[in-house]
Amino acid sequence: MSNKNIGGGIINWIDYRLPIFSTLKHTLVDYPTPRNLNYWWNFGSLAGIFLLIQIITGIVLAMHYTPSVEGAFASIEHIMRDVNYGWLIRYIHMNGASFFFIVVYIHIFRGLYYGSYKSPREVLWWLGLIILLLMMATAFMGYVLPWGQMSFWGATVITNLFSAVPIVGTAVVEWLWGGFAVDNALLNRFFALHYLFPFLIVGVVILHIVALHTHGSNNPLGIDKKGPQDSIPFHPYYTIKDLFGLSFVLTIFAFVVFFAPDYLGHPDNYIPADPLKTPAHIVPEWYFLPFYAILRAVPDKLGGVIAMISAILILFVLPWLDTSKVRSATFRPIYKKLYWFLVVDIIVLTWIGGSPAEGNFILIGQIATIYYFAHFLVLMPIVGVIETPKPLPNSISQSVLNKPIKGNS
Amino acid sequence: MEKNKGKDSKSRRDFIHITSGLTVATAAGAAAWPLIDQMNPSADVLALATIEVDLEPLQPGQSISVLWRGKPLFIRCRTEDEIAKARDVDINSLKDPEIDADRVKNAKYLVMVGVCTHLGCVPLGQQGEYGGWFCPCHGSHYDTSGRIRKGPAPTNLEVPPYVYLDDTTIKIG
Repeated sequence: MSNKNIGGGIINWIDYRLPIFSTLKHTLVDYPTPRNLNYWWNFGSLAGIFLLIQIITGIVLAMHYTPSVEGAFASIEHIMRDVNYGWLIRYIHMNGASFFFIVVYIHIFRGLYYGSYKSPREVLWWLGLIILLLMMATAFMGYVLPWGQMSFWGATVITNLFSAVPIVGTAVVEWLWGGFAVDNALLNRFFALHYLFPFLIVGVVILHIVALHTHGSNNPLGIDKKGPQDSIPFHPYYTIKDLFGLSFVLTIFAFVVFFAPDYLGHPDNYIPADPLKTPAHIVPEWYFLPFYAILRAVPDKLGGVIAMISAILILFVLPWLDTSKVRSATFRPIYKKLYWFLVVDIIVLTWIGGSPAEGNFILIGQIATIYYFAHFLVLMPIVGVIETPKPLPNSISQSVLNKPIKGNS
Repeated sequence: MEKNKGKDSKSRRDFIHITSGLTVATAAGAAAWPLIDQMNPSADVLALATIEVDLEPLQPGQSISVLWRGKPLFIRCRTEDEIAKARDVDINSLKDPEIDADRVKNAKYLVMVGVCTHLGCVPLGQQGEYGGWFCPCHGSHYDTSGRIRKGPAPTNLEVPPYVYLDDTTIKIG
């Protein structure tokens, strides 16, 4: 409608009736982007690419996988040994999940640092958190499918979390299982949902991008664009920057896939599931470890589950817990320090989540858990009020063109 | 000078565009190939592609069907009469001309893929107007050499690759 001339005859003909080409051009080519984005802004498109890799390799794996307790483990070995390039496709899918979480976590930490969750981007932030929750569910169910020891006992432990719900807990868990233990019924429904959820993620990603493009990208200065001199078109400036960053990430990814494909996994999952024997040391995949640490930090069953869920839900109210009017931590001397304390705290939680629940690990985990919640519930609201931010630059273009203002430190 | 410079930079830019385009195309092809090749027969399927059959127990007039690559194979120990019928044919009258001697390694034993060349049904043995095979799906008649004589099938029943390991044992595939 708006763009009358977008390409050749056929493209114009279709676009007049279905504006798909002008929409794509508007989204991927013309989109006015702040001219000062740094490399931390690569991680959104990287996440999109890893979602795509997961969907493509996942569809291929589903062509060879058997969702039954008798056939699942053997079909994974069939993929690894017999299917042409099956080993490669499975290793890409396994490690692609880890890399998807790595880039998404960096993407979230970038948003935390530069205040990308603040008005008017609250809904954009929520949609991102919904994507994270869907990813977690998808990754968990995917880990169950090979039906190894870790699959089985991971599924048992996580589904049993729901038994903490008062009164209806047992009924809910039996409903999830479709029986009285983790068995064939659960494996089949997990396979069906593991196939479905990525497409739900695609849907929410589209909403995420629509919300993003409504008010435009945030930027390292955290100030609004004041005019056309503050932005440049997405293509070619950021397509090429994203591709350049992608080449680095794919190089690391290829190194892991080819030289350390099982590094991020757990060897116990190459033992077929045995309902009579729990592995000695059971831990979730690395990307769940901080949450697992919070779960174990609370000595009460229901309390632990509530704490773990709250650790994510608290991020939904972050736009209101942060009382500062300044977005970017660059101009917030106190908050900037707290931000790095939070990063360290989450690294500590990751370490504790992967350690046995005994001795000092318990105490450290409890302190780190308390600090995690204190950061959001106590420190952020207070600091936003008492802190005196540094003066903000007048505009993006001014700060880019004359360098006197210390932009990104 | 100025003009030359402009031309020069243009051709250099073309060179960069073409080489980077080719690099991207090559990389995309290399990345796509595993995704395409995974649909080809896997190693365990290929491992079942060769079978050995002992012909010793077969008496004239008896047939067996064996499974090879998921398809039935007809192995028939033909009677003297059937062999004579198969050889006493005007080759030029056939839809898919082939002499019987070219379809067997030993005239006694006929080995064929038991899949109708029309649309893949399994023909019934010793039926039809020519005493060979008859496909019930769309009415193709094959003779005692498995050649198409009447009906919609375009070619004779396929003879698989096989060798005699000794007088009465064959290896198919």
